[in-house]
Amino acid sequence: MSIFDKFSDPELCKAVLDAIHRELDGELRFMEVCGTHTVAIFRSGLRSMLPPGVVHLSGPGCPVCVTHESEVGMYMDLAGRDGVIVATFGDLVRVPGPGGTCLKDAMAQGARVAVVYSPFDALTLARENPQATVVFLGIGFETTAPTVAATLQAARAAGVGNFQVLSFHKLVPPALRALLGDPELNLHALVMPGHVSTIIGLEPYRFIAEDFHLPAAITGFDPLDILQSLLDIVRQRKEGRAEVVNLYRRAVQDLGNPKAVAVMESVFTPADALWRGIGMIPGSGLALRPEYEAFDAQKTLGLTMAEAKPIPGCRCGDVLRGKLTPDRCPLFAKACTPAKPVGPCMVSTEGSCAAYYKYQLEM
Amino acid sequence: MDATHILLDYGSGGKASQRLISELFLRHFDNPVLARMDDAAFLDIQGPLAMSTDSFVVDPVFFPGGNIGSLAVHGTVNDVAMLGARPLYLSCAFILEEGFELEKLERIVQAMGQAARDAGVSIVTGDTKVVPRGMADKIFINTTGVGTMLVAEHPSGHRAAPGDAVLVSGTMGDHGLAILAQREGLAFETPVLSDSTALNGLTERLLLEVGDIHVLRDPTRGGLATTLNEIAGQSGVGIELDEGAIPVTPAVRSGCAFLGLDPLYLANEGKLICILPEAKAEAALALLHADPKGAGARRVGTVAAANPGKVVLRTALGGKRLLNMLEGEQLPRIC
Ligand code: SF4
Repeated sequence: MSIFDKFSDPELCKAVLDAIHRELDGELRFMEVCGTHTVAIFRSGLRSMLPPGVVHLSGPGCPVCVTHESEVGMYMDLAGRDGVIVATFGDLVRVPGPGGTCLKDAMAQGARVAVVYSPFDALTLARENPQATVVFLGIGFETTAPTVAATLQAARAAGVGNFQVLSFHKLVPPALRALLGDPELNLHALVMPGHVSTIIGLEPYRFIAEDFHLPAAITGFDPLDILQSLLDIVRQRKEGRAEVVNLYRRAVQDLGNPKAVAVMESVFTPADALWRGIGMIPGSGLALRPEYEAFDAQKTLGLTMAEAKPIPGCRCGDVLRGKLTPDRCPLFAKACTPAKPVGPCMVSTEGSCAAYYKYQLEM
Repeated sequence: MDATHILLDYGSGGKASQRLISELFLRHFDNPVLARMDDAAFLDIQGPLAMSTDSFVVDPVFFPGGNIGSLAVHGTVNDVAMLGARPLYLSCAFILEEGFELEKLERIVQAMGQAARDAGVSIVTGDTKVVPRGMADKIFINTTGVGTMLVAEHPSGHRAAPGDAVLVSGTMGDHGLAILAQREGLAFETPVLSDSTALNGLTERLLLEVGDIHVLRDPTRGGLATTLNEIAGQSGVGIELDEGAIPVTPAVRSGCAFLGLDPLYLANEGKLICILPEAKAEAALALLHADPKGAGARRVGTVAAANPGKVVLRTALGGKRLLNMLEGEQLPRIC
C-alpha cells in the first residue's frame, strides 16, 4: 500500500468512522470552508455514513461561486472587445453574467476566450499573440494568487506589455470573520481548507477559536483526512475545547509557505472585495500594487464595475453562508441544473449545488 | 502527386481528385468492391442488418495510440458490433481543409486501411470534399458501417434486467485522458495511450459462445458513467456499481487527480460494457480474459430493481452516492 492509498484505506476509515459514531453526543453542525472538501465528502459517499446528528454545511470556499455578479459583469464586458483575448480557468466559461449569458455564449458570438491550465499558459499566449491583449481572469484564493503573482513578476521581467490581469482574488480569513460574525449562523465547528492553508499556514485562523470559540481543523482531501478532522472536532466539543489544529502536516506547515506569501505580497496588496451573496468585505481581496499598474486590466483598459443585481430567485448567497442547503433552493434541479445553471454554485465543479445535484442519492 | 498540401482542386471532381483517389485511397483501402469505381458499391449481403454512422472531428488528429483515421474505423465498427452484428462494409467521407499536409493525410488513410483489414471489414465507398482554409479544422471523417446480425434477439440498452451482472472489458478513461493530455501539451510520468481498437471479434465470441447477452455498449463520449445512466434509463432499472472494482490505470488515475477530472466520465474507444445474466458472468469473464483486448475485464456491478433510472456507486469506503450523467464537458478545476 502506498502512503497515498493509506488515506483512503477502507479499514482505517471505518475505525475512525466508528469512533465518531461512538463519541458524538448530540448534534454537530459543521461547515467545510473549501469547495474541494465539499466534493470530496460527496464523492467518497461519506455523507451517507456519518451519524444522523451530523449536519453538513458548505461554506464560501469555491472561488467560482464567490465571484460577484458585478465581477462577472465586468469580464463579460471585456469579452468580445477588439484585440482582446480573455484567458481563464475552465469553470468560469459557464458562469452566467448579469444578462444571463456566459463566456461560452460570448465565444459562440466570436469573442476570443482561451481556457488555460495555469496563468503561465496565459503569458505564453500573450507572447504568441503580440497584436492582442491577453487578459487573464485572476479568480481564486490564496492558493492561486501566488502563481498569478509569479507570472506577473515574469511578465514584468520579460517586458511583456500585452499581458494583463483582472484581479478578483479573494482572501479566506477575512471572509470567515465576516461570516462567523453573523448571529444567525448556528455552527459548531469548521473544517479548514487544505490548499489555502499550505500557503498561509495556521496562524491567520487563530481568531476562529479565540474570538468565536469554535473548534477548527485544517485537513487534506482524502476520506481518512476528513474523518480524522471530524473526530477531532467531535472530541474538542465534548471536552469543551476550541482550538485550531493542523491535521494535514504532510502538506501544511503551521507557518505556511513564506516564500509563496512573499511573492504574493510583492505583487498584490489587500483591498476591499465583493463576495457573491455576502457583499463587500473590507480587506478581503487582492489588488495589484502600483508597481504593477501597467498589468492591471481594470486600469489599462478603463474597466468600471457596474452594479449588477443578484439573479432573481437564486439563493447562492444563502447557500454560501451555510443558511440553506442547496436542495431547499426553490430553483434547485428545476429551473437550475448543471446544463442550465442559474447561479455559479451549480456551475462550478466545486459548487455545493452542483455537488448535491451530482452526488446526492436521496433528496 | 507533386503537391505537398491539399489544394481546393483535390475536391473538384476533376483530374486532381482522380489522382487523390487512385494514388491514395484505392492503394490503402484496396478491395474489389471499391476498385470497380462505380457510383455506388454493389454489396451482396442478406439481412437483417445493422447500420451506424459517426463523424470524427478529433483534435489533435494524431494522438498516442492512434489517429483520426484508425479511430474513424474503430468507432463505427464498434457501434455496429455492439448491436450484435458482424460489421462487413464501411463508407468513408473526408472533409479536408485546404492546406492540410498530404503526408499527414497519407498516414491517416494508411491507418484506416490497416484498421479496416485488422477488423475484417472493407471500405467500399467514399467521398472527398475540400473546403477553403479556415472553414474546417484540418480533417473531418465520417464513416458509416453495415453488418449482418449474428443473433435473433440482439443486445440492446433496453434489455438490462434486475439481477444481471455488469462487466467491463478493461481499464476506463485511457482514450479521453490521452486526447486531453496531447491537446494541452501535458506530459505525465507514464504516457497515457488511447485504447482505440476494434472490438467486433470480442463481441462476436461473447454473442455466439456465451450467449444471452442483454446489453453490449462501448462507453465512448461521456464514459462509463454516462453510458450506464443511459442504459438504466432505457431499461428502467437501477445499476449498482462497485467503485473499487472499476479498473483504471495508475497513470490515468493520477492524471485525472491532477486535472480534477473523473475517469468514469472520460471516453473509451476500445472497451465494452457487457450486461448479462448472473449465471453467465463467469463464462463471459473467462472468455474476455483469454483475449488481449479483454485481459483487464472485471465485474463492476449489478443491475437492480431499486432506484430505477439511476446509477448508484458504492464507494471504496462503503458509502453510497449517485453517479449522475455528465452535463456538458468536464472542465479542469481552478484550485
Ligand atoms: S440551485 Fe441554482 S439558483 Fe439555487 S442557490 Fe444553487 S445555483 Fe443558485
